[in-house]
Amino acid sequence: MDSSNLQQPGIFAGLLAIIRRDLLLAWKRPGDVLNPLFFFAMVCTLFPLAVGPSAEQLTFSGPGVLWVAALLSTLLSLNSLFMSDYEDGSLDQMLVSPQPLPVLALGKTIAHWLISGFPLVLISPLLAMTYRMPSAVMGILMLTLLLGTISLSLLGSIGAALTVGLHRGTALLSLLILPLAMPILLLGANTVSLAAANDVYGTGIWALGAYAIASISLAPYATAAALRISNE
Amino acid sequence: MTAKLSANNLTLIRGESCLFQGLEFALNPGELLLLEGQNGSGKTSLMRAIAGMLSLESGEIFWNDMPVSGQRQEFHGALVWLAHRTGLKGDLTLVENLRFEGSLRRQAKTDPEVIYERLGITRLKRLALRSLSAGQQRRVALARMLMAAVPLWLMDEPFTNLDREGRQLVMDLTQEHLERGGMCVMAAHQDIKIASPIVRVRL
Repeated sequence: MDSSNLQQPGIFAGLLAIIRRDLLLAWKRPGDVLNPLFFFAMVCTLFPLAVGPSAEQLTFSGPGVLWVAALLSTLLSLNSLFMSDYEDGSLDQMLVSPQPLPVLALGKTIAHWLISGFPLVLISPLLAMTYRMPSAVMGILMLTLLLGTISLSLLGSIGAALTVGLHRGTALLSLLILPLAMPILLLGANTVSLAAANDVYGTGIWALGAYAIASISLAPYATAAALRISNE
Repeated sequence: MTAKLSANNLTLIRGESCLFQGLEFALNPGELLLLEGQNGSGKTSLMRAIAGMLSLESGEIFWNDMPVSGQRQEFHGALVWLAHRTGLKGDLTLVENLRFEGSLRRQAKTDPEVIYERLGITRLKRLALRSLSAGQQRRVALARMLMAAVPLWLMDEPFTNLDREGRQLVMDLTQEHLERGGMCVMAAHQDIKIASPIVRVRL
């Protein structure tokens, strides 16, 4: 069979293709996408109602609440990352595709972040207003959330890959991921608090950036290995 | 031993039962490997093992006389798998699904329209796959297989859900692929009427 003149598509083409496919799927099912965002918005708006309108208290607890809500909403949305692919057999097709599995896993995670993490970063200033956050600090909040959600999505993809074969793996997924996610939460919330108190906050941002870079370079391999194991 | 695809001494244990032991086969271009056996005898497992998705208790699969485990990417670039679950997205249309597949694997130069016409799915192009019947979805999966320019076809129960015409079509397509020098691994219950050499593996 002569196929020498036909080219195997490059890994970049594969990466773009899977991102495009997942975005298209999300576009056709907007409900799944909006759920985590609603969760984030609801927690952030209900909290001030429950604790009362004292300005001092809100400024004090704002960064922490926003960050915890962001963390939980990301964890909730991650459960479905590989679920539909597992159920309809697409995951099997990914496993036998000539594209490297880490590239496909990275593509899926990027699409997931674009759908859930990025909108969360975009609406965060709106919710931060509820906590009387000064606009200069909102910039810091967005930056920390940007770096933090990237890391969370990537770390979460490892957990999602490990629990994909299990039914109702959400609790297990959270247990697996929380220890790894803890530094992100602490760094993120504290950096914003420091910025709000006019203190030095640069270190936290660098550390979050380092965490994000480490996740981007390592997590896809772990996710790919986990997918192979849980699909045996 | 100079077979294109071969295996020696394969043993697979799932849970407490041994599905097969000391299994061997050798397949050359133009030949069909037919896996026969009752339900649950391990046909699908063997096929997954050939595709490198199951780790075997013992034995090795060879592609071009080299272990598949050392050249997974090349081997996957040479095969396409028609699985039980189609692996197509119900929310997307036929064209959207196949376009995605086209970015993963080498594609034949045949005009897609010709393939759609042959499989009788031309008029379904704009519909979401979810709204098609199981047989029609299987035809779309066949289209994906035809559009891939690869020598090895892995077909797990390719006749499921197809009407008589469709089953004959699968038979014809397989025959043509084998005549072009391709190879097929097929798990099937029904009689296969094919003129090419058939290697039978009884599980």
